[in-house]
Amino acid sequence: MEQSVIIQEGYTRLKKTRALFVGGLLSALAVLIGVAVTLGSADFTVGESYLAILAGLFPGTFSAPDLATTIVWDFRLHRVLFAVCAGFGLAVAGSVMQGILRNPLASPFTLGIASAATTGASIAIVLGAGVAGGEYLVIGNAFLFALLAALAIYGMARYRGIGSETMVLAGIAVMYLFSAVTSLLQYVGSAEQLQAVVFWTFGSVDKSTWPKLGIVALVLACTIPYLIYRAWDLNALAEGDEVAASLGVPVERSMILFMMIASLLTAVIICFTGTIGFIGLVAPHITRMVVGGDFRTLLPASGLVGALLLLSADSIARSVLAPQVLPVGIVTAFLGVPFFIYLFLHRRNA
Amino acid sequence: MARLSIEDLSFAYRDREVLRGITFPVAAGEVLGLVGPNGCGKTTLIRCVDGMLTPHSGRVRLEGQELRTMHRREVARAMAYVPQSAGNQTASTVFETVLMGRRPYLNWTVSLADEEKVVAALDLLDLGGLALRKVGELSGGERQRVMIARALVQETGVILLDEPTSNLDVCHQMGVMEVLHGLAEERGIAVVLALHDLNLAATYCHRLLVLSGGSVYSHGVPEEVLNEEMLKDVYGIDAVVKRDLAAPYVVPVRPGSLEGGA
Repeated sequence: MEQSVIIQEGYTRLKKTRALFVGGLLSALAVLIGVAVTLGSADFTVGESYLAILAGLFPGTFSAPDLATTIVWDFRLHRVLFAVCAGFGLAVAGSVMQGILRNPLASPFTLGIASAATTGASIAIVLGAGVAGGEYLVIGNAFLFALLAALAIYGMARYRGIGSETMVLAGIAVMYLFSAVTSLLQYVGSAEQLQAVVFWTFGSVDKSTWPKLGIVALVLACTIPYLIYRAWDLNALAEGDEVAASLGVPVERSMILFMMIASLLTAVIICFTGTIGFIGLVAPHITRMVVGGDFRTLLPASGLVGALLLLSADSIARSVLAPQVLPVGIVTAFLGVPFFIYLFLHRRNA
Repeated sequence: MARLSIEDLSFAYRDREVLRGITFPVAAGEVLGLVGPNGCGKTTLIRCVDGMLTPHSGRVRLEGQELRTMHRREVARAMAYVPQSAGNQTASTVFETVLMGRRPYLNWTVSLADEEKVVAALDLLDLGGLALRKVGELSGGERQRVMIARALVQETGVILLDEPTSNLDVCHQMGVMEVLHGLAEERGIAVVLALHDLNLAATYCHRLLVLSGGSVYSHGVPEEVLNEEMLKDVYGIDAVVKRDLAAPYVVPVRPGSLEGGA
């Protein structure tokens, strides 16, 4: 067979494998959502949980026991979907940051955005000061400080010249600065305040509600299709600023925009959850090992891996010591890191 | 009309002037070698020509049109660039890395015609067998050819290369230069490349531009440009230029040994 035919057939096969992988992840996620909804004190089967979900969506067509429908829709489904959206968003934000900064360690956490959110939350918890009141005191502060960190990184990089190296260094500086502020607040805070801050840093999807899920889903719906639309520019930027420029990508403008989108995604998620580590760092790596570096596939696939990882972690966190719920951030690390190390050691050129 | 012309170009990093009054044309089908010692401004000049750096004064024209008046995508369809260190996306396949060169023409989807262009470029650079391998698995020479293939599928009239033969053994250096020379002569592409190896430059470049301290020291065919005086003035070395081969051949000698009857 002619070589050109072999190459094109090989590439078509590669595309099919990737589509299959994404399809597999979607199916696994659908199954896991059904299973996760069954977890809790009220016992019902996976079939009943699907029926309860469908009964809520199409009341005339499907019917399920009232109790199951109430429990699923009022208590469990928003939490499960929140974990899915949060995992998806954090993984996409991590993929974008690792790509444009060309740094495998770049993530919302290593770049100080999560650290700044913790400082914002700590100010609310310890000093009681914030931009919003009541339920949104901690959330509003965390969100604002996360965006402040992103602006600080942007400001420093702008002064020094936008580029991957300056952004990474500025991010690390920001991370240490905000960590120091948080430590100071912990030092001056009371024992109860300290406990609240520490608990916030564990990360959790416990406090999810439908309105909070709505906010996160809206931001995801506004940003992720745009990122996927600009996948070629992300591919080019991942090759280097000079290559991207020579391929017609407006480098500075794009880097700023992509960093801001990734920061917004992170901020809007972690202000509700606290710091859920590792998803933004590990999910993109796991996905890249399997599907390669093309952002057209990498973005949706790493989002799905992140969603699966966080939902699995949350399901384990809720069931392993039931009725006690472990902080999901801890389980994420226990679950994600060994899996990552396994892939890292067993795949060539990981 | 020259395919690419640089007119009185100057550039400075803050207060430090790096390029001064650079002027030269490059014709279609010409391979122009930028030579000069480290720090003479070769890479800065390439970056100014490609529009990655904005010159403080002077103009860059592509087919007569001034670069700064052109849209980025338009420039990307007229001029490709191959950086010195190439292939960051090591998780991508060779095929996809080369496919990226179609970015100035693509919206989101890839047509069969785009794929065929990639296959043709891979074929030309003898990369067909590596198409589905990851870039991270390739040797330095193979990666360099991948980057040239990517520039090729950009279908531009000008290709700029920053030291494309650095880190390659002599066999791969010649392989890369043969390909570039062939592209210029057969497809009429204007090739501008920064090179350190003067003998490689003399063998494969139609013309050489010698940069010294940010200015043009000399510009012309290798036979004119490469001489003992230039090597002394620009590089500060004693050397003999042999002229009994197809191209001038520079043999550096140890300081003082020429007086001893070289």
